[in-house]
Amino acid sequence: MTTKMFGAPIKRREDPRLVTGGGRYLDDLGHTAYEAAFVRSPHAHARIVDIDVTDALETPGLVGIWTHEDLDGPVGENLPLLIPHPALIAPATGFALAKDEVNHVGEAIVLVVAENRYAAEDAVARIRVDYDFLPVVVGLETARTAANLVHDHAPGNISAHLLQEVGDVETAMAGAPHRLSLDLAIERSACMPMEGKGVYARWDTDAEHLTLWSSTQTSTGVRAAVAARLGLPLAKVDCITPDVGGGFGVKIMHPWPEEVLIPWAARLLGHDVKWTEDRREHFISSAHERGQLQEVEVGFDDEGRVLALDVKFWHDNGAYTPYGIIVPIITATQLLGPYKPGAYRVEFWSMFTNTVLVTPYRGAGRPQGCFAMERTMDAIADYLGVDRAEVRSRNFILPEEMPYDHGLMFQDGRPLKYDSGDFPASLAKLKALVGWDDFAPYREQAASEGRRVGLGIGCYVEGTGVGPYEGAHVVIETSGRVNVATGLTTQGQGHQTAFAQIVADELGVPIETVHVTTGDTRRMAYAVGTFASRAAVMSGNAIALAARAAKAKALKIAADALEVSEDDLEIIDGVIGVKGLPEASMPIGTTAVLSNPLRYAFDEAAKAATQFAGTFDPDKPPVADDEEPGLEGKDFYSPTQATFANGMHAAIVETDPVTAEIKILRYCVIHDCGTMINPMIVEGQVHGGVAQGVGGALYERMVYDEFGQLLNASFMDFLIPYASEVPHVEADHLETPSPLNPLGIKGAGEAGCIPVSAVIASAIEDAEGFPITSMPISPGDLWELRQQHDRGELPSLRRTTAESAKEKS
Amino acid sequence: MKPAPFVHHAPRTLDEAVAVLAEVGHDGKVLAGGQSLIPMLSMRLAAPAHLVDINGVAGLDSLTVDGGYVRVGATVRHRGVERSEEGYAVLPLLRQALLNVAHPAIRNRGTTVGSIAHADAAGEMPSIAVLTDAVIEVRGPQGSREIAAGEFFTGPLETELAADELVTAVRFGRFAPGTRTGFVESARRSGDYAMAGVGVALTAAEGTVTAARASFVSVTDVPDVLDLTPVLAGASAGDIASRSDDLVTAVREHVAPEGDIHATADYRRMLAAELTRRLVAEVMSR
Repeated sequence: MTTKMFGAPIKRREDPRLVTGGGRYLDDLGHTAYEAAFVRSPHAHARIVDIDVTDALETPGLVGIWTHEDLDGPVGENLPLLIPHPALIAPATGFALAKDEVNHVGEAIVLVVAENRYAAEDAVARIRVDYDFLPVVVGLETARTAANLVHDHAPGNISAHLLQEVGDVETAMAGAPHRLSLDLAIERSACMPMEGKGVYARWDTDAEHLTLWSSTQTSTGVRAAVAARLGLPLAKVDCITPDVGGGFGVKIMHPWPEEVLIPWAARLLGHDVKWTEDRREHFISSAHERGQLQEVEVGFDDEGRVLALDVKFWHDNGAYTPYGIIVPIITATQLLGPYKPGAYRVEFWSMFTNTVLVTPYRGAGRPQGCFAMERTMDAIADYLGVDRAEVRSRNFILPEEMPYDHGLMFQDGRPLKYDSGDFPASLAKLKALVGWDDFAPYREQAASEGRRVGLGIGCYVEGTGVGPYEGAHVVIETSGRVNVATGLTTQGQGHQTAFAQIVADELGVPIETVHVTTGDTRRMAYAVGTFASRAAVMSGNAIALAARAAKAKALKIAADALEVSEDDLEIIDGVIGVKGLPEASMPIGTTAVLSNPLRYAFDEAAKAATQFAGTFDPDKPPVADDEEPGLEGKDFYSPTQATFANGMHAAIVETDPVTAEIKILRYCVIHDCGTMINPMIVEGQVHGGVAQGVGGALYERMVYDEFGQLLNASFMDFLIPYASEVPHVEADHLETPSPLNPLGIKGAGEAGCIPVSAVIASAIEDAEGFPITSMPISPGDLWELRQQHDRGELPSLRRTTAESAKEKS
Repeated sequence: MKPAPFVHHAPRTLDEAVAVLAEVGHDGKVLAGGQSLIPMLSMRLAAPAHLVDINGVAGLDSLTVDGGYVRVGATVRHRGVERSEEGYAVLPLLRQALLNVAHPAIRNRGTTVGSIAHADAAGEMPSIAVLTDAVIEVRGPQGSREIAAGEFFTGPLETELAADELVTAVRFGRFAPGTRTGFVESARRSGDYAMAGVGVALTAAEGTVTAARASFVSVTDVPDVLDLTPVLAGASAGDIASRSDDLVTAVREHVAPEGDIHATADYRRMLAAELTRRLVAEVMSR
């Protein structure tokens, strides 16, 4: 019997290559290409008065310099608004090279191409740009005052305003026995993949054909965008994604200015051109996320059940809105997590600021929503003096209520309808894992040693696997080699392993014979991309369907050749055999030979197949009317809606009573992403997500000054946690399969990072005894909060006050 | 993030190195481990026309213990000093501090002498230089001279060193018999520049402190020594806690931190004082 691959925690097949330097990333390509660098705006808001390139023209190695006025046709037009929305009332997109005005530090103004990047940067340093300064808008508070505008066409600095309401919040709030309000804030962070963006373009003058490599999360999207901007037929553009050193969302945004300009320059010059983003460019010219201010009002009953939830939030979208308002829509809808408030109203304003633009970053608005909801749950629990886990469970949607329709519209424009999940079971597992009910004595023991510890919790639901579709093409060669192509890209997820596991089981072939290609438009022209925790759900199911089609054809051919019924056949280790008759069999590759009537005996497989050739019917064509030559399967998977994964995290933190240093002692995760293809890969995703979440909770912030200068645009000052800062993650799984797709899969990619800020805030609050309403939090921040608390400016938690009253009496 | 053009000089002898430095003057910069210089070049925060690379200069790569000093040559890597058993045996403070210098990969290339010549007040080794009354050995066109560490540092990233001079070695002074040392710092992430750090040397006779000194990282604009003898003299492990308030006050009055995006001045002052209090208690308890 073939070992079952689906569900097995096998090691990632790509890792030996990737960890021994065998990866081919964007900058590993194009050694003879010219290289590009950019003059980028040093000012956050200014009019460009003059660009003087005279001094730069003498730079040794210089090839060319271009500004906006050199850009012809669509290349010079505004970059596209990828995802319009009726609520996006004042959208704005920039240009590939700034035209007349810059709206954030880092905006590209001049393109320089030279023989190498050193020379290109030398020329950049010699170009002088004169500016007229305009008032700068930085931060949501400033944007809201609207004393100055980022864009004249956006009054109030508002790009979008959206209100959704389910039930009658006003009435429900008025009738609620208890009400609380919270003011919350989350600061900016960013994806920060190890490999920045990069583009390499090769123009074939004879064929008038462009081959483009981009470190992207969507090769099909980049291909279509570049073809349109350069006025090329789609057939004359190929886009290939090499190994990608992480994306986390920033590379789903497209086309980046460089993705348009580099191919444009390559065609103009008739020479390969490459651009590899450096870290400073990535900080100031890519994208950030997370920045929000939130106001929550909640009405609840004596049991802590939420009767009315009224949320207003302001979302910092930076200088432009090319990716629409996906992020705040996700915050608004996914905020609800596993809960079912009696009535819900959410209203947001997406705001322009003179900062780098904001597009989805792993979690994509969910960490902010989860923060709002979970801070609210903790506040209710504290107000009523009820256990925090208990308050949550009283608000859970129950398994028997699935599918559960919230009555809201999700990011994909489809109903927010949960398909699966068992929240009480997840909570029970989490409480057991972290030792929830044993924490009180632990805290007392710690206190007696002069230590301060706290326990925190956070729950989330994540819509994953949004459509519209992914496809797969499975081709079985005469050797038995199985080629699988799917169009979405890979940026480290282990697709070579997980997708091959699916195919190995579906076909009954050894995993070693399965070869997966992703992100190459030459192999799969229709695809969407790798984002929104969708690759396993979308391509995984498409690949299963395509493999099933190929298998059906193989069995049909084998049944004919062996003169048995298809039902009597099975495929084990790549050999098709008759059940119970070991001698009647053929390798699956033989059916590939038989599938093609043009059968030159090039190889042993073809020679061997001749014994099955049989006699042919002279009245029928060699390829039957309903057949195609070759052993292939192709199919697409297109779901009606997203599938909803969920999870619950708990942490124990210790805070230093004097220095306010914060240490995570334990971090526990219960994760439900439905059926798991490879639990080891899922756990790796969870660990990585938690690591990024810890970054967002305790370390990472984008420090802009009032002039829009990013003060910490390097890895020395933007504090991504090292391995030494990431806690050991204790993870356990609950598998509630999705009823929506053939494999029962729900997405896992983003999950780990979603609740971390909420969990850590909950735990620090528990340790300190006063509310934590803003994240991230540093030791210095906590130390300041303690002093505010000591001065009476920050109230104690009710449970802390109650405890100290008890002690005194 | 590519450096501006520069001429790379690779002298083989000290005389050659000094001659090149004299020739290029203020346009030149000495390259040793490059762990501060290369990032500055790559970000074009510095653009010297000449780099004088001393890594190939003979005779600069040894650590020796002689007399009252641990002498570290200009191309000895942090890691070499950290792992030197000979050095640790006579001056454990070197290893105690070096374990806090960035990460092993950086310590493998960065040099202890280079760190001192760079004179970053957030660097551990300038602080250790003053705490040990180190002597900075310098070579220039006029020959050799020696500068006491206490006089070497003149400001943030500024030293007594002339543009045409090269630090050839640093002699870290050994402490009096009966001295125990310790070093501790607190950084946002392990290996980052410290928000505050402190090294102490406590000399005791028959369990009672006779002399005590401390120096700091990141909380003074130039490294200097705080004499804690008045605060700690006569204290023993058993009653050191009774000196805590005075100790904390002494440190708070000595340091002059500046705030930055990672921590405010007030926080750093508190941190320096608390770290010192804990370190003194820990060293006394050994």
